Amino acid sequence: MAEQPAAAPHTHEKREHWSGQTAFILAAIGSAVGLGNIWRFPGEAYDNGGGAFMIPYLVALLTAGIPILFLEHAIGHRFRGSAPLAMKRVHRHAEGVGWLHVAICFVIGLYYTAIIAWALSYFFFSFDLAYADDPAGFFTADYLQLGEAGTVSLSFVPHVIVPLVAVWLITIVILALGLHRGVERLNLIGIPVLVATFMVIVVRALFLEGAGDGVEALFTPDFAALSEPQVWIAAYGQIFFSLSLAYGIMITYASYRRRRSNITAPGLVVAFGNSSFELLAGIGVFAALGFLASQQGVAVGDLEGLAGPFLSFVTFPAVIAEMPGGQFFGALFFASLVLAGLTSLVSVLQVVSSALQDKLNLKPRTAAVAVGGTSAVLSIVGFGTTTGLYLLDTVDQWSNQLGIVAGAITMIAAAIWIGRRGHELERHLAAVSTIRPGKAWLWLVSAVALLLIYMFVDKAVSLLVDGYEGYPTWYLVVFGWGTVAFLALAAFLMPLLRWRKDIARFHPWPTREQLKLPAEVGERHTEDYDPRSGS
Amino acid sequence: MSGSALALLTVSIVLIWGGLAGSIIVLARRPENDHMPSGGEDTRVPD
Repeated sequence: MAEQPAAAPHTHEKREHWSGQTAFILAAIGSAVGLGNIWRFPGEAYDNGGGAFMIPYLVALLTAGIPILFLEHAIGHRFRGSAPLAMKRVHRHAEGVGWLHVAICFVIGLYYTAIIAWALSYFFFSFDLAYADDPAGFFTADYLQLGEAGTVSLSFVPHVIVPLVAVWLITIVILALGLHRGVERLNLIGIPVLVATFMVIVVRALFLEGAGDGVEALFTPDFAALSEPQVWIAAYGQIFFSLSLAYGIMITYASYRRRRSNITAPGLVVAFGNSSFELLAGIGVFAALGFLASQQGVAVGDLEGLAGPFLSFVTFPAVIAEMPGGQFFGALFFASLVLAGLTSLVSVLQVVSSALQDKLNLKPRTAAVAVGGTSAVLSIVGFGTTTGLYLLDTVDQWSNQLGIVAGAITMIAAAIWIGRRGHELERHLAAVSTIRPGKAWLWLVSAVALLLIYMFVDKAVSLLVDGYEGYPTWYLVVFGWGTVAFLALAAFLMPLLRWRKDIARFHPWPTREQLKLPAEVGERHTEDYDPRSGS
Repeated sequence: MSGSALALLTVSIVLIWGGLAGSIIVLARRPENDHMPSGGEDTRVPD
């Protein structure tokens, strides 16, 4: 490695740490459990084979979700830095991969805040059920004051901007408090509260009239769907986006773990914890939809808005309007959305903040204010207007479906194929963890990358040929492909800036010698490694 | 609820929530690796 110094092996740079294993697990679950668990999973499952979707979903969790999660945890824990710094230590030309992750997080933070702001507004609207009479009209006309699709408006909506500013202020304060007092404390309190709140909602939903029909609609299997490649791609996509993979979040969070830390077993808790919440949300959402269908005298399949923002801000308000104790359960539901969103948002912005701290040698407070302040202005200008929803939809499609998938492919290529760090990372995990991933893990990671390349090409061709949602071409070029161009520019340009802090004072631990690997990366190794031997 | 839907619901709950319970039990029984190589001490950073 170019940065490998001649310093003493036990000289380590100072780095913030989680206070313990539980704090890390809760923060990682807090990052993974977000709005997508509540509004994306149920719709994806329902549209892709119902109960049969659980088969590819579980296969995807075991063959892609957990292996890539381990890879990110291994990179972050061994190379101990924000995504750009850790990737630079993986391979001297891979810093740009980390900046790609950072740029994706920066973009996602801009619009994710807007959705949390809507949920915050709806929390207060629940007290008098302001949305009850006409949920669709209330959301689009009264609240968002939606303008024409495919246009750009600078007509600001004050009652969207006020909660948006509030969410940004809360987020900046949390980030400025630092890892231990800010991010960690938010998750230590927020995740148990979120789980308890959502349990109350789900139990209540299960006792509503028609709930059984809703759950049955979700789990009735269509086994013929399993022969369709798109169903499997949907399952891998769901696992991938849901677990916060390839955003650089898990690299960053793992870098804050102490060196002598168990990595794989907590990773399993995070992966299964995320899917557990997703399953809980699926049951709750479809129980509630079953109730709505019974009230309207239609089948669950005839309901509209079963996924995405419309599920949360139109369909669910319709459920809340009909159910006994609607004010209370409405407030609980939107409070859950705010909490789930906030813990994920903070993780996304911590990636950006951490990268700037490393690159520019900034203190957490300075980085938080710089990142938060800049993002807040852009977020308000872009998403506080009457066309914010369309912009959000477009930017999300390109940054998520193309940016994140590209982030994953390049990360695997840099670490395993080009950087040739696979055995080192596998032995690193084995040396510090209680569960050894084994060599099959490396094969799985490479196989997932091939699937991701297919997904990337498939999506890129579809967006190029078919466009998106009927928006005009100029709009998609500027805001869709423009987003991709921004991500690419960040990946190419940011590595050109000089590191303001001494990144050379770094030694990976355990050393390559301790892992029974040759001193030079890429050199052929023949010695077996037994992690139980210690040394 | 139909038998097939109930079966899929049950299997999903057992595998996913069971996976969570199992991984928590494994972690609680052996939170750290007792055979780590020497070294690796961290420098504490004040809050």
